[in-house]
Order: sequence, then structure tokens, then C-alpha cells
Amino acid sequence: MKVSVVKNILEANDRIAQENRAIFDEKDLLVFNLMSSPGAGKTSLLEKTIDALKEELKIGVIEGDIQSSQDAERIAERGIPAVQINTGGACHLDGNMIRDTFKEFDFDVLDLLVVENVGNLVCPAEFRVGEDFKAMILSVTEGDDKPAKYPLMFHESKVLLINKIDLLPYVDCSVEKIKEEALKINPGMTIFEISCKTGEGLDTWYNWLREEVNEGRSVRKE
Amino acid sequence: MHEMSIAQSLLDIIQEEMRKHNARVLRSVRLDIGQLSAIVPESLSFCFEVMTSGTELDGAKLIMEIIPLRGTCRDCGREFEIKEYAFECPQCSSPHIDTIAGQELSIVEMEVD
Repeated sequence: MKVSVVKNILEANDRIAQENRAIFDEKDLLVFNLMSSPGAGKTSLLEKTIDALKEELKIGVIEGDIQSSQDAERIAERGIPAVQINTGGACHLDGNMIRDTFKEFDFDVLDLLVVENVGNLVCPAEFRVGEDFKAMILSVTEGDDKPAKYPLMFHESKVLLINKIDLLPYVDCSVEKIKEEALKINPGMTIFEISCKTGEGLDTWYNWLREEVNEGRSVRKE
Repeated sequence: MHEMSIAQSLLDIIQEEMRKHNARVLRSVRLDIGQLSAIVPESLSFCFEVMTSGTELDGAKLIMEIIPLRGTCRDCGREFEIKEYAFECPQCSSPHIDTIAGQELSIVEMEVD
């Protein structure tokens, strides 16, 4: 007997993500999902962003790693509520893992929640967690062929931060090529060229993020 | 390697559908996998085999069809196949493309007894 089903395999996760999203909206909270390969600079970007914006925005962070709580400790040192998720082997965060952290936060006082995903350019792109948008980092040491090799990640991300541009003199990587290839996959992508080491380009990112928080707030009010 | 999570979600849906239809044996499952999804069909097959081996679903066939990326241009209405992940209209060069196929990750049909 043939049974027609037609069901999205990720339906269960998408439903939880939607429920998470409803809670974030109710609490007037902007949430973004930060993704990259391991070592591209996710935690460094968060540290810089927190230092620059913590006087004006109340920020919370969910840290996803396979093991260890080093990243959450790095963030918590800055006086920011940070919750570590250890996936115990899983290569990505999903809606359920995010929901499990809610009891650790007071969403009423937060303006911005950042989900730092497990370092991986493939799997995290497939799972929604209830975020307003996905942001990704690509560091120039990884090479300019990455958009073509990992199209889903570039297609799903609203923002691309090209990090470690201070290292450009030492690596064979063309920022122009990264931008061209990324925009081919995702023509609406907003791209920043930054260095978390020297601080170059970070101000434009802070301004953009500030705007997003404000815009999200006015959209939710309507 | 998120194919294990996908295989688990797939199994949950299969078991629920089999209960609904009072089915005892699973012969095959047909999946649509979009070209843009980050699934490796061989890995998914492997995970599915590992998870069903020794259970009542042992031996079920997983048939996967890769769905090519297609889009519609929001400016001129042209429908086309998106080649090499270039989201640009071949007719009017507009970058405003709605993806209409190629992002699937769905179960479409099961053969059960």
C-alpha cells in the first residue's frame, strides 16, 4: 500500500522555532544566530560587540559548543548573561536546545539575544532556532572559495562579516571574490569587512546592528 | 554530519504515519531533497540503516530524489533553473528571485503493508 505523506522532515524543529520566535517577539527581543567555521572569530566578534554596545543595549548570549564552557565564561566575564549549551557531539543547535535555556534568562530586561552556534559551515544553516536573522563570519584565512563550496550557509545568512582582514597581506584570498560569489548566491546580503584584532570596520557593524534592534522594535510595535 | 538528527526526525514521522495507517511493514520511503539543502544522501542512507537495523523497520528502502533549484523572477515573472547557485534572472538580470524549488527536505511517499 502506498501512502502519500508530504511532510517537511524538519517540521518538528520548525514548530519549536516558531514558538521560540513568538516568545522573543512578545518580549520585544531581537535575536540573531551567529554561524561560522571553528576559529573564524564568533566569540571575538561578540566580545567586541558587547564592549561597544553594552552601555546602550542589554545583551544576552547563548553559546553552543560540542564540549567545554570556555566561550560562555569569556562572555560572562563582561558582565553579560551567558548560557552554555554543550551539544555532546551534535554539530548544530536546534530549536529545542534554545528553548531549554529560557529559564536562565530574564527576557524582560534584554534588548538583544545572540545565539552563537557550533563552529560548522554546513549543518547550523539547516536548523531554525527562532531567530530574526542569521549572520555568518568568514575569515580570510579560510579562502575565497567558500561561498561556492557552502552555498546554503551563504544563502540563509542575512549578514556576512569578512573577518581577519588585517591578515590579507599574508594570505592568498580575494575579498572582492568572496563578495562577488556571496552576492551571486544571496544578492540581498549585507557584507562587512572587519578585523576583530585591529578593530577595523567594526563601527559600521555596530551601527548596522543598533539600527536592526531599533527597526525590529518599531516593526513589532505596529 | 547532521544527517543523524535528520534521520531521527524522519523516523519519528514514519512511525507516526505507520500508526495512523495501522501498517506493520515499511517497504520504502520516498524523499525529496533540494539541491540547496546541505544533506549528503549517502550519509542519510547510512544513518537511516543504522537506526532501523534490528528494528521492525529493518530493510526498508530509502529512495531520494534530488530536486534542482528553480526560481521565479519578481520583476519579469520568468521561471528558470538556478544554475551554479546564481540567483539572477537570465532574462532581465534582476537579483530579486523567489526560490520555488530546491530547498526541500520532505518525505513524500511511503510504501507500507
